[in-house]
Amino acid sequence: MNLIAAATAEPSLFSPEWLPRLPQRLVELILNNLGAPEWLVSIAGFLVAASTVVGVFLGAFALLSLIERKTLARAQNRLGPNRAGWFGILQPVADGIKMLTKEDIVPAKSEWLLHLAAPILIVVPSILALGVIPYGEHWTPVPLELGLLFFFAVGSMTELSIFMAGWASGSKFPMLGAMRAISQMVSYELPLMICALGVIMVSGTLSLPRIVELQGGFQLGFIPAWNLFTPWGLVAGLLFYICSIAEANRCPFDLPEGESEIVAGHMTEYSGFKYALFFMGEYLGLFAIAGLGVTLFLGGWQAPLPGLGFVPTWIWFFGKLALVIFSYLWIRATFPRVRIDQLMRFAWLCMIPMTLLTLPAAAIWHFTGRGFVSWVVTVPLLLVPWVILTVIYNKRLAPARRTYRFAE
Amino acid sequence: MSVPGWGLLQGLAVTGRNMVESVYKKERMTTVQYPEERAPISPNFRNFPFLVYDNDPESGLRCTACSICEKECPPQCIYIVLDRDENGKSLKRPKVFDIDLSVCMNCGICSEVCPFDSIYMDGEYELSTDDRFGGLLFGLDRLAKSAEYHMKLRPEQATEVRDRRKADEEKKAAAAAAKLAKAKADAEAKKAAAEAKPEEKGEGE
Repeated sequence: MNLIAAATAEPSLFSPEWLPRLPQRLVELILNNLGAPEWLVSIAGFLVAASTVVGVFLGAFALLSLIERKTLARAQNRLGPNRAGWFGILQPVADGIKMLTKEDIVPAKSEWLLHLAAPILIVVPSILALGVIPYGEHWTPVPLELGLLFFFAVGSMTELSIFMAGWASGSKFPMLGAMRAISQMVSYELPLMICALGVIMVSGTLSLPRIVELQGGFQLGFIPAWNLFTPWGLVAGLLFYICSIAEANRCPFDLPEGESEIVAGHMTEYSGFKYALFFMGEYLGLFAIAGLGVTLFLGGWQAPLPGLGFVPTWIWFFGKLALVIFSYLWIRATFPRVRIDQLMRFAWLCMIPMTLLTLPAAAIWHFTGRGFVSWVVTVPLLLVPWVILTVIYNKRLAPARRTYRFAE
Repeated sequence: MSVPGWGLLQGLAVTGRNMVESVYKKERMTTVQYPEERAPISPNFRNFPFLVYDNDPESGLRCTACSICEKECPPQCIYIVLDRDENGKSLKRPKVFDIDLSVCMNCGICSEVCPFDSIYMDGEYELSTDDRFGGLLFGLDRLAKSAEYHMKLRPEQATEVRDRRKADEEKKAAAAAAKLAKAKADAEAKKAAAEAKPEEKGEGE
């Protein structure tokens, strides 16, 4: 049993590096001392490890729902929720109680089974996806060899459940919202995966912990060797970031919800705790996709500067995750929602050509030795098409400058 | 403009500045923390009517129960009973003056038609109650408010009303004095005439 071996081989049970694994190791130790069979110890250990991840991210979800409202409020020069508890810290609790005590309405013409299954099926894949991400050097809940593949396979399930919700509701707005969601998420999943392909090519592995390990070390003594600080990685990372916003249905790509247009889209017919489950699934998916971005491009749990090895590695991961998620909030506070045709055109005409270019760039980067020559070759390879695309699309697709006949 | 994405960065800068500066710049905040602090009410703000009294809520009530407002009220939310003494003579004051705020539509017609400067629109807005029948039926006890309150609520209007009332009173007093003086003069003249008459008579005879 390698887990027990690892647990017993580690020096201290209470070291900060091992803190997130503490419950799992404690349970394993206790069960071992009680003389439990090996399979039971293993199952219990995995269960506790999974509960740790779920607990951490459900807490983070509650906290984020408050922080998001606070941040948006500050961006609009307001205070945000500050009534429930100290600085509104109990607002998530109040929201939860409100959601739980609301009436659960199932429309008469809905498919009640699918209507019930959809909110559950949107939470489950997000939690499954969170299971394979390496949060720290010694904290990968499920260290799968094909972690990245598993992540995308499971991540695609959210589309299914969103469409399920839209279909099962049996009314028009949910159906429209679900159609939008399908077209948007399928369109953006393609560039998302192609962005990750570059990382897979350069790392030569699908295992997420291994990908993070390969990003260790520093260039020139202080620049971290993260994938983001390479020409192809910068482009792929930015594109991945944009795609992840669309995949997580966040503003400015929150067309599936579209509160002002189609009344929350696929969630129109949901109320009470099912509605809350949709939000939970959405936020957990946000954590998962942002965590994947951090893993692939921002070096996962690697420290950003040399000489910071004494800090527990999971703190770096969650710090980076928090930064990425704050950038999502900032973007939500700033940009208006795009139109559906703009969204699709952006995906197919701009994102996919650029993401496809990162593949040869990554290949050249790998085969020219990842040094000065690689920079000289790959930067023009990415920059020139980008400039050409920008010029073409600015000419062809940019909206004509409006002339106001009466306003001025 | 020429660099793609420059506009996006400018937008991010605006919200970013808001986020940072709203922490330490009080004047940036656009909201008022309502139960603790209140935004000042504009003198033009008006909702439900109230009755003005001058010095004493019982006797100083300007209302004479003339029922003009009752008749003019479009949703008919005002109910007035004239107070009478035991002989059935009007005391020129309301015994009952009820306004059903759940019916009132804040049109302000009552305050416009009142010839006695008695009814005006209030600025009170915290009227929510858990009793939707009794809690919103305001009687004299809750409707009568002092002239000072009116002055504080809407100084311009109240000053104008006060000055007009004062002028009216002075005019009335002057008229009364003039009348008195005239009566006196008349009486004196009559007296003089009466005194003079016998002489005339005497002379005439």
